[in-house]
Amino acid sequence: MQTSNLIIALLVMSALAYYFGYQRSQSFARQLGGVRNLHSLPTYYGMRVALWCGLPSALLLFICLAFEETIISKMLLSGMPADLRPNSIAEYNLLMNKIENLASGALSAEGVKPALLDAAAALGYLRDTSQSLLTGIAVLVAGVGGLWGWWKMSAQLRARQQVEKIFKGFLLLCASLAIFTTLGIFLSVIFESVRFFQQVPISEFLFGLEWSPQTAIRVDQVGGSGSFGAVPLFLGTMLISFIAMTVAVPAGLMSAIYLAEYAGSRVRSFVKPTLEILAGVPTVVYGYFAALTVAPLIRSTGTDLGLSVTSESALAAGLVMGIMIIPFISSLADDVINAVPQTMRDGSLALGATHSETIKQVIIPAALPGIVGGVLLAVSRAIGETMIVVMAAGLAANLTVNPLDTVTTVTVQIVTLLVGDQEFDSAKTLSAFALGLMLFLVTLGLNFIALRVVKKYREQYE
Amino acid sequence: MSNSSKGTTELIRKTLAKRYRAEKRFRLYGVIAILFGVSCVATLFVDIIGKGHGAFRQTYIQLHVNYDADILGVSDINDSQQVALADFSGLVKKSLRTKFTDVSGRREKRELYKIVSNSAEYELADRLKASHSLLGQSEKIWVLADDDIDTYFKSLNSSDGPFIGRTSEKQQQWIQSLIDDGQIELRFNSGFFKTGDSREPEQAGIGGAIVGSLFTLFITLALAFPIGVAAAVYLEEFAPKNRWTDFIEVNINNLAAVPSIIFGLLGLAIFINFFHVPRSVPIIGGLVLAVMTLPTIIISSRAAIKSVPPSIREAGIGIGASPVQVVLHHVLPLALPGMLTGTIIGMAQALGETAPLLMIGMVAFIVDVPGGFTDPATVLPVQIFLWADSPERAFVEKTSAAIMVLLAFLITMNTVAVVLRKRLERRW
Repeated sequence: MQTSNLIIALLVMSALAYYFGYQRSQSFARQLGGVRNLHSLPTYYGMRVALWCGLPSALLLFICLAFEETIISKMLLSGMPADLRPNSIAEYNLLMNKIENLASGALSAEGVKPALLDAAAALGYLRDTSQSLLTGIAVLVAGVGGLWGWWKMSAQLRARQQVEKIFKGFLLLCASLAIFTTLGIFLSVIFESVRFFQQVPISEFLFGLEWSPQTAIRVDQVGGSGSFGAVPLFLGTMLISFIAMTVAVPAGLMSAIYLAEYAGSRVRSFVKPTLEILAGVPTVVYGYFAALTVAPLIRSTGTDLGLSVTSESALAAGLVMGIMIIPFISSLADDVINAVPQTMRDGSLALGATHSETIKQVIIPAALPGIVGGVLLAVSRAIGETMIVVMAAGLAANLTVNPLDTVTTVTVQIVTLLVGDQEFDSAKTLSAFALGLMLFLVTLGLNFIALRVVKKYREQYE
Repeated sequence: MSNSSKGTTELIRKTLAKRYRAEKRFRLYGVIAILFGVSCVATLFVDIIGKGHGAFRQTYIQLHVNYDADILGVSDINDSQQVALADFSGLVKKSLRTKFTDVSGRREKRELYKIVSNSAEYELADRLKASHSLLGQSEKIWVLADDDIDTYFKSLNSSDGPFIGRTSEKQQQWIQSLIDDGQIELRFNSGFFKTGDSREPEQAGIGGAIVGSLFTLFITLALAFPIGVAAAVYLEEFAPKNRWTDFIEVNINNLAAVPSIIFGLLGLAIFINFFHVPRSVPIIGGLVLAVMTLPTIIISSRAAIKSVPPSIREAGIGIGASPVQVVLHHVLPLALPGMLTGTIIGMAQALGETAPLLMIGMVAFIVDVPGGFTDPATVLPVQIFLWADSPERAFVEKTSAAIMVLLAFLITMNTVAVVLRKRLERRW
């Protein structure tokens, strides 16, 4: 039976279990003279039996499906002659693919080693066996579980508590997924990074000044030395983020101040949603805008002024990234400025300060921690932004701070190294994960500090 | 005493003009900042609509086609083998040669054949397969023009003069004569919404990408909404105050600010390389996007649950409901509008996301419209990314048009969220 059919079968069995559990509790109720003499409502008895039927079999199914392929391939390999056994992960994948294709008939059997043909036949046989075995066991477990749940029923059974306990367990599991996600991210970058640092020393990665990840495929190849000094990438990332922040911080902050302190409600109700449109525009659209509209504009302006501007200048990417971040900063700043107590404003105005003096000398200093937190969050966003730089910034890892020159960033390199064909044990591919680790750690640190600062600030006025 | 106070007043009066000027300047900075932001929005939209509106219409050329059995090489129309192998491009070439009799030499002929798209022959084949009686008959049909011709024809009346690109002078003369005969015109480009990607810009459409986006978003919604709501309910209603709960909260807040590309690395290393989920399919895309949007949904759902007043819970408990019953029967239904709003916003974010999908192989060139969750697919933003990289001039128009469609989807979703909030929001 196919897995999807099996799942449907289990669902049907659970529904039946619910029905029988419900009926049995009703018959208890009749004997005792009404539902109110049961411990729980009849639906809880039904649900309890359904859970007994469905939950263990579903768990079993999940575990079996997760390990089925691994076990089958282990069994296949152990049946093979020693000279065919793979030595590395790449060889292993190749071999498994070949057997897979033979079994499905995509590869013709002509001229293939008989051992492989046997393996392909065995694969089909093992799959069929495991599928029918799984069906049998899952249905059996569901049946036995359902019967057990049904058998154990009594009028005094605390069915509601049991069902609610499982429900709360499910909720806790869902909430804990956030932790597993973080853990998953961490593990996925750390393992490959460790493998990378075994090939390239960590000091070279962190302090090397040259980045050219082309590794030689053959020993005698020219120009594929592969050097992994990430400083040009860090510098490029910082340059573009810096340009973005010089656009976004003044524009975002000033518009937030104007909206919070000066603007009337009509201006506010028009400008705020308009600025928020900028936040909703997908980054790929900004990337397209930067590459096809802003970059040529900067280039032609620069040429008119007698400057040499590359077509993939850091300035174009940075400017557009700044535009993207404006609403982010303005809405965060708006929040913190509005959180400053009105009494402080009134006090300052009563002393004769003008409105702008009040803002500059009272409100901003009071709101500063919140604003700093918001700016830090914005910086972490700029560092991690991908599509704008992939489309508008270049690939050349130049060690420069000239905004008119081409630079590349950490995210651009991750995308370039991982899109398309890849071999999973070359330093070139692994370096992307090392860059990912750096990105993750830096943004995590920034977010952590920023969130703490904002939280502390909020507590101050609450 | 009165002297010094008078001095102070004097001093203040003197500096007052300066202070008012500073006040005005400060206000001006604010206005400039706002004008800058608003003009950015305007420029972005004007630029994209200006570039993309043309793609909704496509150039068609009228051909007089004679389904000549000799050219086709079909002797028996009922033999499907013969029809499949028939030379339909020969028909197209023949009809072009009869229209323009002055063409001589191989180079000129090649240029002539290039003015119609190579999809013309497939269209003829489909027509003949649909009605066998056409064999030996003549008919006038409109076929797609090639993308270079399309770009040239659309730019004929533009203020900067026509965009010549790769079109030759001879081709321009032919187009002029087609215009004079009324055999070339712009028509609504319905194919743009139906077909998948293509190397030929005139045949490329966003149909495949839209369907791929829908499948992917369905998976995202099916995973992220129940899990997000469950997590929010736990954290707001049942979580004990302990380290584990604090740790969960810190993780959710941090995940909300992790760069999206990192989720792509997670998908690649964990889902693809460890759990062997196939690449390039809506399932893996939906999984990664669900993990990415989960924090957004959890945070907004928590806010919605928090806004339900405690008196509701107390009343429920008071008449004997268990805490779980109170949550399921009262708190959740009341918080649902807020949760839906947050979920729609999260879905809009997922719809516009590109970077993590590049890592998990959704960036492939896919011609067919996907038919299920396990078919290779691409999504709308990735299609935009792919087209933006294509060198053909005609793709600029297509890219902008695809962006317009994407923005239309996003604006609709956000509007629905706002309307929903306004309609169903309850002030306690």
